[in-house]
Amino acid sequence: MTQKFDRIEKEAREAWEKSENSNTPHIYIGCATCGNATGAQSVVKTIKNKLDEKNIDAVVKEVGCIGMCFAEVLVDVIKPGHPRISYHGVTPETAEEIVESYLVNDDHRPDLALGYFGEGGPDDVEHIESGDVFKNQRRVILKNCGIIDPENINEYIVHGGYRGLAEIIGRKQEEIIDILKDSGLRGRGGAGFPTGRKWESCLRPQADQKYVICNADEGDPGAFMDRSVLEGDPHSVIEGMIIAGYAIGSSKGYFYVRAEYPLAIKRLRKAIEQAKEKNLLGDNILGSDFSFDLEIFQGAGAFVCGESTALVMSIEGNRGWPKPLPRPRTTEEGLWGKPTLLNNVKTFSVVPQILSNGADWFKDIGTEGSPGTAVFALTGKIKRSGLIEVPMGIELGKIIREIGGGILDDKKFKAVQTGGPSGGCLPEDKLDLAVDFDTLVKAGSMMGSGGMVVIDESTCMVDVARYFLDFTFEESCGQCVPCRQGTQQMLEVLNDICEGRGREGDIEHLLELGDSIIKGSICGLGQTAPNPVLSTVQYFRDEYEAHIKDKACPALVCKNLIIFQIDEEKCSACGRCRKACPVEAISGEKKVPHKIDQSKCTKCGICFSECPERFSAVERLTGKEKLAAVSGKEG
Amino acid sequence: MLKLNINGLEIEVEKGTTVLEAAEKAGIYIPTLCYHPDLPTFGGCRVCMVDADSKIVTACRAPVTDGMVVKTDTEDVRKLRLTNVELILASHNQDCQSCSRNNSCKLQEVSAFVGINPERMKRIRRSVEEVPVDVSNPFFHRDHTKCILCGICIRTCEEINGVEAIDFAFRGFHTRVSVLGDKPLKDSKCESCGECLVRCPTGSLFLAEPEFPEREVESVCTYCGVGCGIKLGVRGEKVVKVTGNKDNTVNRGDLCVKGRFGFDFINHPDRLTTPLVKKNGKFEETSWDEALDFIADKMSDIKAKHGADALAAISSARCTTEENYLFQKLMRSMGTNNIDHCARL
Amino acid sequence: MNSTIEKVILLNGGKELQEQTSKALSAFEGKRSEVIPMLQAVQNEIGYLPEEAIREIADLIGMPESKVYGTATFYSQFYFSPRGERTVKVCLGTACHVRGGMLVMEALEREMGIKSGETTEDFKFSLERVNCVGSCALAPVVMVDDDVFGRVESKEAKEVLKQSDPEV
Repeated sequence: MTQKFDRIEKEAREAWEKSENSNTPHIYIGCATCGNATGAQSVVKTIKNKLDEKNIDAVVKEVGCIGMCFAEVLVDVIKPGHPRISYHGVTPETAEEIVESYLVNDDHRPDLALGYFGEGGPDDVEHIESGDVFKNQRRVILKNCGIIDPENINEYIVHGGYRGLAEIIGRKQEEIIDILKDSGLRGRGGAGFPTGRKWESCLRPQADQKYVICNADEGDPGAFMDRSVLEGDPHSVIEGMIIAGYAIGSSKGYFYVRAEYPLAIKRLRKAIEQAKEKNLLGDNILGSDFSFDLEIFQGAGAFVCGESTALVMSIEGNRGWPKPLPRPRTTEEGLWGKPTLLNNVKTFSVVPQILSNGADWFKDIGTEGSPGTAVFALTGKIKRSGLIEVPMGIELGKIIREIGGGILDDKKFKAVQTGGPSGGCLPEDKLDLAVDFDTLVKAGSMMGSGGMVVIDESTCMVDVARYFLDFTFEESCGQCVPCRQGTQQMLEVLNDICEGRGREGDIEHLLELGDSIIKGSICGLGQTAPNPVLSTVQYFRDEYEAHIKDKACPALVCKNLIIFQIDEEKCSACGRCRKACPVEAISGEKKVPHKIDQSKCTKCGICFSECPERFSAVERLTGKEKLAAVSGKEG
Repeated sequence: MLKLNINGLEIEVEKGTTVLEAAEKAGIYIPTLCYHPDLPTFGGCRVCMVDADSKIVTACRAPVTDGMVVKTDTEDVRKLRLTNVELILASHNQDCQSCSRNNSCKLQEVSAFVGINPERMKRIRRSVEEVPVDVSNPFFHRDHTKCILCGICIRTCEEINGVEAIDFAFRGFHTRVSVLGDKPLKDSKCESCGECLVRCPTGSLFLAEPEFPEREVESVCTYCGVGCGIKLGVRGEKVVKVTGNKDNTVNRGDLCVKGRFGFDFINHPDRLTTPLVKKNGKFEETSWDEALDFIADKMSDIKAKHGADALAAISSARCTTEENYLFQKLMRSMGTNNIDHCARL
Repeated sequence: MNSTIEKVILLNGGKELQEQTSKALSAFEGKRSEVIPMLQAVQNEIGYLPEEAIREIADLIGMPESKVYGTATFYSQFYFSPRGERTVKVCLGTACHVRGGMLVMEALEREMGIKSGETTEDFKFSLERVNCVGSCALAPVVMVDDDVFGRVESKEAKEVLKQSDPEV
């Protein structure tokens, strides 16, 4: 098989080299959803217009996300004979400047540049790979994201793509699975089940049809890793799925993708077409007896469909209700009752590299129990939000301090949330923990599929717990009592606590409910739903107590527990808050300090953000006594 | 045969038996809400959880394995069941006194068994979703505030009657048993057989005009030749309710809309209780003897004048097979094959 | 009368609705796995799922209409009544939540006079919450159809609406 592939690879390389080595500059624009959201498309348009106007011959490529969301829009320029220079925060205006200055006048504009990749860059520009963001990362799953044109299969092939597939076709299925088992790869969907063992249990059963499903129904409300991989490197996932099809003896695969990811779906469609054209997908792949077809199924919006049996129910046209135990495993009886292999996007995408580089290569990365890398969507109150990939075992604090650059506005760190609605919040003294599947679970959180939300002192932990419970309450499928009724009960209690109706004994009530929901629920959604509450009670119990006993929100977030007040001494009567107040609760005139009518105030916080920093006259107060004092003064 | 130990009792059961069935055999009560012996299991209510070989399982679904040790009343099991029932009660209509299922409610039974503690209940936040009672069906109504989402009505509609008029709609806490478009039941494919009503464990599905009988009389439904066994519930001198007779081999307790709800003719003032004979263009009440004599005379007359084939007879599907047999025999003995039957219409 | 309302009434009149449904479903074979794709196709065409369309899908697949409805109502993607011309989506993913997304939602609710999940009387806007649009670095994020507004402050709610529809 490799001979046929050698030819494909040669063609791809020739096509690529022709374009790469041509004496024209290359411009790469980060056009994943995040880039487009920041205005990448208008930058693309401007650059193309400018090139036309200046009559410059250059290749413009829309690439995926390199992960530096904080720096969007990112435009990378490679001039022949120069390294890749990355420009950040590019607007249509600066885009024109870059074309003008760098391409026309050979000024590489260090003022606009974030840095350069590769060797031999200019001294006045930072070397990105040795900077804080990249030096602690190990890009395996994301290695092509933001680097290659995801809509061009040749670029994937030139970067080593489909080599893994070509090498395994013709080999014994057990051998392939043994490599995976040996590599120690664990599923990247969250629970970390050993991938090789899963594949093995799907190879074993005899069946006329088997299915491979890629779970791309990314549901964690604070994460977008899978989307970025699909948008930035769709072929890696496709290749992983084809390999899986071969290894377990399946001829049909499904991509189960969130319908809210239109760009990912578009790129996948294109990638599937291209792979078919090259005989890497479809009938008799690379001339062998092995045929494999791929279909895209758009998920219709249900978090629970991340659970394998619920996902299968949904493809079969049903309500996405997980099947209660005891039931056969999906690997034995899944879609249409046939053996079905279900893995996450990132799991499939790393498989080809393990097969072409070997199990040892993979084991060398990460820890013994959790080999390989972890991809995180690093967000929240952090300076450098983005998509990162780190070796397993890295210290949690290193991610936040070095890669993320610390807390936004230099506030105080409070917690980091991983695992989304199934995970937990870890406080500062856990920042020295190693990031891997087992350590995080022990500490009361979990890896999850890769959301990592940084929380600072101005975030209320009870409110965070309530946020996640609200999410699981909305997403609970409703089948079993503990999850359907239990999440609702927990949410009601949390609402009460946040709104000043918390009662003595509520914390114990929450803990007991949590225990029952974990033990009694049918599926993983319910069994992990209480985690955000349990971990915040464990580490931030004092905040719960402040809400319940003192009716105070120490982070000044929970509306019913705070009031806004104007400090007469500080108020310069500029009138900005008065004009901005949407409910006309602020009175005052020129030179007369302003006053908030508490009976009208809806606590929207607009006055607080409107008050110029040099005055900072609007203040928030909390706690029974303080609130009483204010209302006393008014009364 | 498989051996197992439930709460210290050693019993033997056949392969494929569930823990719940085994416990029943051993005479041990395990509370259930969404389980119904006529239907496939659901596994959603989670109140039948027991400890089987130190694992918490749902007894209704877990198959017995050889040597299994089952404990139905460990501290963990008690706590899980109690919390579950408390949670169901948290969003359940509390008006038990006026509920037609008061004293025959499965939720009451299970609540009593797990032992609802008023002190603990004080912590619970109650919230009953306000959905108006569906009174569109003339025979039975649905009160969503008493629904525990056990799905028994849905499975009944699917498995017993094959109509599939209802299903779960919406999601999570907002899940509701519904027909297409969340419309009233009368605008759906529902045939009003009432099989769901009889299986509803609570008062969510209830008779439009509930009356409790004083006594029951076994009978056979008169509507068609199937001859379903019924029990007529009698209060005073009136039939107020019909239930299917589970011991009857014909229908094993199942009934259709007519048999279950169409009994108001029994005590209806328009119902004929004596034969009528038309005299001078008007029907007049008469005795059976006179009526039969009248028929015999007329038939003999017709046969003598016009031959036997001038006679024809129509019998009723409401008669038993035996009665219909005798009737056709009578007509044939009179020399005609002109016999018909309303059920072929 | 507002053109959108007119259109909705016309749609509910039936004929156009039926044609749109048939058009949306013409490419399907009626396989069981096509239930959700069919619902998506109809919604793409019509903007929501009218009862008649659900019934037609049920007939095509040979599945009880109650079950197709049960499936459709399970997924948050589907709507069962006409929607506004534009949809304002407030991201309340975790990152947006901790950066004040809820305040933005409240401000939009106030400006539009509707609650999340509802549609304005003139059918111009629908308002809804979404979970993570993947632009966490721009949190809090509001999307009006495909236009993204990043780092929105609650005081800018009106501005967002204005930019989307000058008549507001």
